[in-house]
Amino acid sequence: MKTAVIVFPGSNCDRDVAVALRAVTGTAPAMVWHGDSVLPRTDLIVLPGGFSYGDYLRCGAMAARSPVMQAVLEAARHGTPVLGICNGFQILTEAGLLPGTLLRNAGLSFVCRTVNVEVATADSAFTRGYEAGARLRLPIAHHDGNYFADAETLDRLEEEDRVAFRYVEGENPNGSARNIAGILSRSRTVLGLMPHPERAAEPVHPSTDGRALFEGLLGVMA
Amino acid sequence: MSSLSPDIIAEHGLTPEEYSRIEHALGRAPNLLELGIFSVMWSEHCSYKSSRRWLKTLPTTGPRVIHGPGENAGVVDLGEGLAVVFKMESHNHPSFIEPFQGAATGVGGILRDVFTMGARPVALLDALRFGAPDHPKTRHLVAGVVSGIAGYGNCIGVPTVGGEVNFHPSYNGNILVNVMCAGIAPSDRIFTSAARGAGNPVLYVGSKTGRDGIHGATMASAEFGAEAEEKRPTVQVGDPFTEKLLLEACLELMATDAILAIQDMGAAGLTSSSVEMAAKGGSGIELDLSTVPCREEGMTPYEMMLSESQERMLMVLRPGAEGTAKAIFDKWDLDAAIIGRTTDTGRMVLTFEGRTVADLPLGPLADEAPLYDRPHHPPTPAPLLAPDSVPAPQDLKGALLALIGSPDLSSRRWVWEQYDHMVGADTVLGPGGDAAIVRIHGSERALALTADVTPRYCAADPFEGGKQAVAEAWRNLTAVGATPLAITDNLNFGNPEKPAIMGQIVAAIQGLGEAARALDFPVVSGNVSLYNETEGKAILPTPAVGAVGLLSDLSARAHFALRGDGEVLMLVGETRGHLGASLFLRDIAGREEGAPPPVDLSAEKRNGNFVRSLIEAGSVRAVHDLSDGGLAVALVEMALAGRKGAHVRLEGLPCPLHAFLFGEDQARYVIACPADGADAVVEAAKAARVPLRRLGTVGGTSLVFETEGMDPVSIALPVLEAAHRGWFPKFIDG
Repeated sequence: MKTAVIVFPGSNCDRDVAVALRAVTGTAPAMVWHGDSVLPRTDLIVLPGGFSYGDYLRCGAMAARSPVMQAVLEAARHGTPVLGICNGFQILTEAGLLPGTLLRNAGLSFVCRTVNVEVATADSAFTRGYEAGARLRLPIAHHDGNYFADAETLDRLEEEDRVAFRYVEGENPNGSARNIAGILSRSRTVLGLMPHPERAAEPVHPSTDGRALFEGLLGVMA
Repeated sequence: MSSLSPDIIAEHGLTPEEYSRIEHALGRAPNLLELGIFSVMWSEHCSYKSSRRWLKTLPTTGPRVIHGPGENAGVVDLGEGLAVVFKMESHNHPSFIEPFQGAATGVGGILRDVFTMGARPVALLDALRFGAPDHPKTRHLVAGVVSGIAGYGNCIGVPTVGGEVNFHPSYNGNILVNVMCAGIAPSDRIFTSAARGAGNPVLYVGSKTGRDGIHGATMASAEFGAEAEEKRPTVQVGDPFTEKLLLEACLELMATDAILAIQDMGAAGLTSSSVEMAAKGGSGIELDLSTVPCREEGMTPYEMMLSESQERMLMVLRPGAEGTAKAIFDKWDLDAAIIGRTTDTGRMVLTFEGRTVADLPLGPLADEAPLYDRPHHPPTPAPLLAPDSVPAPQDLKGALLALIGSPDLSSRRWVWEQYDHMVGADTVLGPGGDAAIVRIHGSERALALTADVTPRYCAADPFEGGKQAVAEAWRNLTAVGATPLAITDNLNFGNPEKPAIMGQIVAAIQGLGEAARALDFPVVSGNVSLYNETEGKAILPTPAVGAVGLLSDLSARAHFALRGDGEVLMLVGETRGHLGASLFLRDIAGREEGAPPPVDLSAEKRNGNFVRSLIEAGSVRAVHDLSDGGLAVALVEMALAGRKGAHVRLEGLPCPLHAFLFGEDQARYVIACPADGADAVVEAAKAARVPLRRLGTVGGTSLVFETEGMDPVSIALPVLEAAHRGWFPKFIDG
């Protein structure tokens, strides 16, 4: 399975997700610079966490308009799975690949902790490694993770079974609407989530619950 | 002929004697630009003129030390071709004036010190001291400093894994923000600042130079008056995004052979970086200031040379490597310009618009800067306080709950949840433990890191307090199973021109040195912050110690959480019930007096080596070092971390119960081991002549203390947790 990690200036989880991808796929991902306009042939594109372009203007706003994103949009249209983690999720909403937006956390502060998350659907390449309803321990680290969309959009996401992950009721760390931690595109081939599965992939991490996300992808792509 | 009035000289923080010395060195009067350059180079901050004589007494060498003090950071060999590069530095004065930017740029500065040497930063720690919680400024300062650290560290993607937060009224007008960074570099690819050889291009890279931070180093070398806030324009503004680009670009360029010498522009900016590079290299330097990338129009040479704009680097390139450097900096969208070249003249010559605007010999600016042996009155150590001279609390349970919910002992979760302590995916143990553990990327080895000092001990007895800071750092590293390697120190004191303060400085350094020697724990880098006084009131002497250890096998590490029912709890080390200068005495009995706990360095070493051997052998399930609040507080922390209670039965105590529970005797640890392994641990302790006492067993949902003649005291974990977690959020919310 070939994978590609997009590196924006200010990305800072690019290496971490590359480590997780290599551990699962056995091959190092291609690291693609934001200024490139052509993607290598790949079975998965990852937009990593970090502070692309310093998060200046709005989180993800400038990255969404970088040269490489045209190629990412094109690949996504052709069905190449795209995974956006944290800042990557913000970029996906700014690029229009996913609906809604990520607002400043309700508590106004950056929050870094390991939270309880429920798998809301197992029906996607990203979540097929889990049982629906399974409870995961996943780290979060963000200042702007408060998922927001209008009620109509939220209803549609739920009707179409596109909520991939939810914070466990009563433990919503950022004020996200309907406890949403991650959502899928209509095609179910684009996932954006605020938690960091790559920080929950090894025995020394707070949990290994993130690993099944990458393993599930491998199962589909291989 | 001189047009510089005594007022201008005084405004530059130079004494009349120092000014005469400049005239003598030049054989003429300096111009204003030259005066400015001397003023920053001879500031306390850059020259260490009051402390240097004493810093020289510290042990700085050892079999693993690659670079000791004098470089941007210390470098210690980790084996397997790697080295750890680390340093702690203060950003006290700016953080008081503008807490967010002051703290943020403190983080930025220490990161640059580390990656300037070729290391990728892997961990940050922050030792923070604030004034009394009820002082009107404290809340604002805490919130600002924490968000400033978070704003910078999170963005650049270096995990903030540990540190300290303390409160004391002596910091009301002078908070302390001490930031430590550690990085990993190939041990044969360490970059230094000495610019040897003439005719090599000098390259400037990073942010453009603006008018911010002019005279920051001078500000950091004087007391505050009531008008401190008027100095806000001297605080720099940080841009972590540019720093991230600079970090990646520099590391990319360092993988080539383009760089001969490199120095970040920190305090005193372009002045100190260029002077230090040329002076250390025994060369000379010429800069054409017309070529310096400037943020604003019409900047004068004086402003350019004294600006402390952040995120800037100066490097000397191998001739011909300019193209390689330019390609990399273009890729990262960074401004870069060749602004001069090295010479063999031993002088710094600055030109601007075709004119020579400064021409100075390097010697007087650097090596021959003033060095003072300031008068110092040896401090009188506070007298010992007998354990039974402190009355027992009426309500033991209430005292314990009050203590774990006090400003200095309550949970710091509110602080560290704002720091990304996991980025890098190598954090094995983040904030809240004895020491943080950060895996060396791609290996099964790890660094252990900690920052420690107990200022109230240093106030009561600077010598013992200095020893204790080093001993506690060593103990914290040991408690996670690491072998302590080396330390960095950040010496924060008041005005050294006062003999009593100078006496604290001297004694504390002597204490640090004694402990560092005894524990084979050399000081490889450091920073001195003096003049931490406002309106004549000095801070508690605060010689903060940052320390690094090595875990050669991640699987042999210890955590402080109680986990296993039925495990046996034991206390390692001797308890006499030392309550002098303790938190119990201050916060429960309302007395700040008495000698700090004496530090027996041979007991530290013996007990610590014993505990480390148990961890390495896999004989213990939990380990926690004892410090502030003593045994009782340590047990609460262990119980809460593992969500597991314990039953503690104390018999045959050498001192009153409250002194046993809250005394802060040194060289102690609590360990938990499997029931069937307890006898072997007892035997091993006997053989190693380490005092050991059984405390009780792990289990249940309460922490229970029992002793003869007293009804058992039992506190449920949720009650402990509420007390421990509650204080900080409540304080911040007002």
